[in-house]
Amino acid sequence: MEAVAHAAPHHHTGGHGHEHHHHDPGFWRTYVFSTDHKVVGIQYGVTALLFMLLGFSLMMLMRWSIAYPGQVIPVVGPLLENIFGTDMAARGIMSADLYNSFGAMHGTIMVFLAVVPLATGAFGNYVMPLQIGAPDMAFPRLNMASYHLYFWGGLVLLASFFLPGGSAKSGWTSYSPLATFADGHLINGQTFWIMGMALLITSSLLGSVNIITTIIQMRAPGLTWMRLPFFVWAQFVTAFLLLLAFPPLEAAAFMQLSDNLFGSSVFLPTGLVINGQPAAVSGGGNPLLWQHLFWFLAHPEVYVLILPAMGIVGEIIANNTRKPLWGYKTLVYAVFALGFLSFIVWAHHMYLTGMGTSISTFFQTTTMLISIPSVIILTCLLMSLWGGSIRFNTPMLFALAFLPMFAVGGLTGLPLGFSFSDMHLHDTYYVIAHFHYVVAPGTIFALFAGVYFWFPKATGRMMNEFWGRVHFWLSLIFMNALFLPMFQQGMAGMLRRMYNGGATYAATDTEVGLPASILHLNVNISHAAWFLGIAQIPFIINFFWSIRHGQKVTSDNPWHATTLDWQTPTPPPHGNFIGEVAVHRGPYDYSLPGQQSDFAPQNKA
Amino acid sequence: MDIPYSATPRPDTGLYNAKVGMWLFLASEVMLFGGLFSAYVLLRAGSETGTWPHGLLKVWLGTLNTGVLITSSITVVMAWASLKLGNLAAFKKYMAATLICAAVFLGIKSTEYRDKFTHYEVWLTNGQRMTGHIEGSPWLWNTQTLAAKKIDKLAFLPDANHYALGPIAAAHGAEGAGQGGHFKVEIAVAEIKRLSAFTPAHSPYFAIYFTMTALHALHVLGGALVLAWFLGPGVGGWKKNPELFTNRVEVSGLFWHFVDLVWIVLFPTLYLF
Repeated sequence: MEAVAHAAPHHHTGGHGHEHHHHDPGFWRTYVFSTDHKVVGIQYGVTALLFMLLGFSLMMLMRWSIAYPGQVIPVVGPLLENIFGTDMAARGIMSADLYNSFGAMHGTIMVFLAVVPLATGAFGNYVMPLQIGAPDMAFPRLNMASYHLYFWGGLVLLASFFLPGGSAKSGWTSYSPLATFADGHLINGQTFWIMGMALLITSSLLGSVNIITTIIQMRAPGLTWMRLPFFVWAQFVTAFLLLLAFPPLEAAAFMQLSDNLFGSSVFLPTGLVINGQPAAVSGGGNPLLWQHLFWFLAHPEVYVLILPAMGIVGEIIANNTRKPLWGYKTLVYAVFALGFLSFIVWAHHMYLTGMGTSISTFFQTTTMLISIPSVIILTCLLMSLWGGSIRFNTPMLFALAFLPMFAVGGLTGLPLGFSFSDMHLHDTYYVIAHFHYVVAPGTIFALFAGVYFWFPKATGRMMNEFWGRVHFWLSLIFMNALFLPMFQQGMAGMLRRMYNGGATYAATDTEVGLPASILHLNVNISHAAWFLGIAQIPFIINFFWSIRHGQKVTSDNPWHATTLDWQTPTPPPHGNFIGEVAVHRGPYDYSLPGQQSDFAPQNKA
Repeated sequence: MDIPYSATPRPDTGLYNAKVGMWLFLASEVMLFGGLFSAYVLLRAGSETGTWPHGLLKVWLGTLNTGVLITSSITVVMAWASLKLGNLAAFKKYMAATLICAAVFLGIKSTEYRDKFTHYEVWLTNGQRMTGHIEGSPWLWNTQTLAAKKIDKLAFLPDANHYALGPIAAAHGAEGAGQGGHFKVEIAVAEIKRLSAFTPAHSPYFAIYFTMTALHALHVLGGALVLAWFLGPGVGGWKKNPELFTNRVEVSGLFWHFVDLVWIVLFPTLYLF
């Protein structure tokens, strides 16, 4: 087995090398309507990375409006006016409406079209079946359907930019009644948002059913539950969160659609006044209901964003410390506890809604409880480094940076979880800084780590190490320059979702308000955001260049890893493994005493 | 390449893939309808006295539909059991019966919808409220329709009792005098504050009623299409791989039972309470 692990890679012209003897499926079946989990995974990956770039670009434009409100956006300003019309971007100046629509779409795109599809669609699809020794997902055609639904959901959301009145502009949270009245048109951005979300929810439903079934049913002989790589556990719990948390939002979306199109009042209270006029609706509805149903999804969604990232970091840390993960079982139980608790913390987003102090107390308690498994996971990952002879390659650098960055994000969440301190911090830039630390230098760094780590398995070529490091260090610096000052702005009381970056509330000689020093941070932050954008150029070039020109791997297992994903040909053919796979040991048998090699693959007898 | 356990059960879980998948899907469906039922509870608990309609649905039609769906649940099991016994002819018979039940259910449901679209509530400027029908039974009128059609007098056939009087009075009232055309009132449009058919716009009750029953009806329709496929174009699967075909009928049956179960909770919630 040792010999197999080190043998020269098997060469295949594409994902379907094995099938070439029988039939050539042709371009459409190979690349577009493929049922192979690896092709679907790569489709998800590339699409999600493009959406991430788009979501980030929207924010780079918004940062101009925040730093220099009312000024013409350089270079792209006239373009915006051409695309979105003079009422949205007159003379290349971003209007408040355009800012709002970009803001809502930035959140929606980043969460539902970029990070989650990358974490579960791409990595879950590509890596998970390989790690459990399966030939494919349990339902390959369903897998293809879930990618296509995701893609069409994305197109619907993109198309909404070009509607009269523009895309949805009530935030990614789409709170009612705002979402019902934000736009005068009957078929508007919000309608498209709901339609797009319905497609995305269906896609995620099919995907999560597939992932859970595959893990339950398709594990190779000998791969017992406690021999599963940590990444597989993370995907398993994530899929359950998606499966059970999304449907209530779908229910809410249908009811909001009814409010928007059929004039019903599910979320509209009695006595609602719009622009000084009593709204022509029956009333009697409940705006808090939307918030409950929305956050019932959206808080577990936070853990959907973070769990696969923790899984990726766990794999990379074990591999590059050449040690088993510290406290494997504890990690598994902690992931389960996290998954369970994530369903009963949602209303900590709603302390200021007047839902009542006893409900606040309940959710405050559960919110404090959920920090325990999070800290357990982080501690286990940190302890895994202890005494290791660490290899600092690009994936490991990103994985290591995840730990402190996620810690900053997590710990700054505590004051938001307490209702008394949340009174002050709610809806300020502090919240933005908090969750971006979790998701951007947290999850997205872990996803970058995963891309650098599994790239050689998917393509047979390494990504460039030097440019990988350039990408890492620049991203690390500018991420922090971007988000750290936002804590200060938030604590000073600067609210989010203001197109002019809080200039309305600037302190004057006679009025108390935001001090100039706080407002000036907007300029620094915007520069950091643009530099962060520039810092991604090495990654983009490296990614595409390395597909054809990267250094070829000399082994199927270039990182000397133990898990089954590295015991396949490179790239894995249709059906993944050559011959039967049987598992004989746990996932991280690194540095076993008395062995010649410092790792023992799971399929080594 | 074959996917393992797509037809035969995996020894340690005792399940084939599609069964695991279907149960997971149903778990997600429970959350979908659970979200809607929670919404129902919150909306009803938060409604002001006299604004939550009662007795506007025909209980006997709902009861009939419940019976129809339960029958279809029995026939769909019999269809699967016939396949297990190797009797394709009996399968076809029972599956056809299931599909007929589905069609009857949807047919009754659509007549109920039509009834709602021609049934009205009118709020007068003096605070009086009446439910009933407009002469000629037009569909889906509302306050704006009156203005658009430049009507100044509305011929209205009121029900005997308004639902604000409580569930029992309303249950008699909905079938009441006006529908038979016993008496007719002329209402000056100037006195009408609001006119609405029993559409989602009427009240949160009808909004949630239509959302839930329409979503349920879509589930019935989707399930029936899948079952029809096994009876029609997909029946050849029996010859190719009887075990796989039987499994597919079984998991579709699971879904069908779930749709039935949702209705069994929907019926008392919307019709009886």
